[in-house]
Amino acid sequence: MITSAEPVLVTEGIRKSFGEKTVIDNISIRLYRNELVCLLGQSGAGKTTLFNVISGLYQPDAGRVLLSGEDVTGRPGQISYMLQKDLLLPYRTVLGNVALPLIIRGVPGKKARAEASALFEKFGLAGCQKKYPAQLSGGMCQRAALLRTYLASRGIALLDEPFSALDALTKAKMHRWYLDVMQEIELSTLFITHDIDEAILLSDRIYIMGSKPGTITDEITVDVPRGERTGFDLTEDFLHYKQLLVSLL
Amino acid sequence: MCLPLTKKFQSITNKIPPVITLALIVFVWYLICDRQLVSPTMLPSPKATLQVLVKDFPILMRHAKTTLTEAFIGLGIGIGLAFVCAVLMDRFKVLYHALYPILVITQTIPTVALAPILILWLGYEMEPKIALVVLTTFFPIAVSLLDGYRSVDPDEIRLLRSMGANRVQTFLLIKFPAALGSFFSGLKISASYAVVGAVISEWIGGFEGLGVYMTRVRKAYAFDKMFAVILFIIAVSLLLMLLVTVLRTLVMPWERKTKTK
Repeated sequence: MITSAEPVLVTEGIRKSFGEKTVIDNISIRLYRNELVCLLGQSGAGKTTLFNVISGLYQPDAGRVLLSGEDVTGRPGQISYMLQKDLLLPYRTVLGNVALPLIIRGVPGKKARAEASALFEKFGLAGCQKKYPAQLSGGMCQRAALLRTYLASRGIALLDEPFSALDALTKAKMHRWYLDVMQEIELSTLFITHDIDEAILLSDRIYIMGSKPGTITDEITVDVPRGERTGFDLTEDFLHYKQLLVSLL
Repeated sequence: MCLPLTKKFQSITNKIPPVITLALIVFVWYLICDRQLVSPTMLPSPKATLQVLVKDFPILMRHAKTTLTEAFIGLGIGIGLAFVCAVLMDRFKVLYHALYPILVITQTIPTVALAPILILWLGYEMEPKIALVVLTTFFPIAVSLLDGYRSVDPDEIRLLRSMGANRVQTFLLIKFPAALGSFFSGLKISASYAVVGAVISEWIGGFEGLGVYMTRVRKAYAFDKMFAVILFIIAVSLLLMLLVTVLRTLVMPWERKTKTK
């Protein structure tokens, strides 16, 4: 695990209410370079609200979001996120979809496409540039969506249950692939899931979120290097982590 | 490889029932004329109608030019107005609530009733015809565009906003392309309305056009010519609708590619 001392993403005491109801409160998390951190919590814990705050779509009632030390609270366009739905636009080619964040940022079309196209191979999408999303499998669509998120977010990926709509086999394949791709490119990931196995298998650290209102109740570190995660889910270690997490939830 | 073939086969088999129905209707028509169940001056036979259609074709084409000019100009203005209205109504909720019922009401006014008023207001030249075409084509397009804008997944809009897109970008990148499908459905309806609208307003008064020609042959009790002009109008409307379909596949290549997956 390569982590530098300065976190790339920090939230400080985030609180967000809708009307009378406080959805998340006092959320402070850190994400270091190249780290994979998971937010684990039950549905309705406010994980998605937190993502909307981090991506700048919601203005929090309290707290700040810092991106490499810069305050980006309530300013969209810095960090994008990816949902369970791939949200690839059906009327744009895969390349046109992936290049979107660059085009929105004002990069001229041709240059944006070239820049996006150069990354296709690394993301296992070689040759898919001119296809339309409906012509790709679910797993491939998620890869394309991830590449788009990567281009939108300058090295940080916010993933909101990205693999939960995939079938078990594709999901396992995507997990392995994701760990590989993260080694290759500079990517720090903050990851939402309610799947305990997925959390242990992928994460360096896990934040546990309790609900009503959503707060961080615990934080655990998974002490197995990400390069050695193949077959990790069959070991006794894995079960210990699982037991621990179940007791904490 | 099997799939496209079955698809092709299906598209052929799908066309068989309507062709048979049409053939049957023409056959019954032929029988009625052949057995002289109705006087031939009242109901010309299919053969006589076709002969007149061929003979009158140059005249029909000349009149069609006027009618189609009115239809196209009217349709163009209708599309433009519908586009502006739909964008504004989508952007400002108040406008949507204020205008939508009125749009619906304008559609309940019968075209035939409106045509004479427009002619009294605008004269006997092309203007009243174009105005009527605008009124009849505007609504289907505006409504289909509005529905298209509203069909966009709010998550898609939120995603683009998270990437820093402004309103104009969100519109151009998501809303407009997402509405294209329903826009073309509306346009298909409007294209046929446009021809019919132009013809109806020509009935009331004018110097040239298929509607004017229809009134003339009606007054002469030339039933064969009337039937011929009706067939001609059907053909023109169908051609226009075909044109819209061709345009649709050109503008929306993803539809075709996705279907042949």
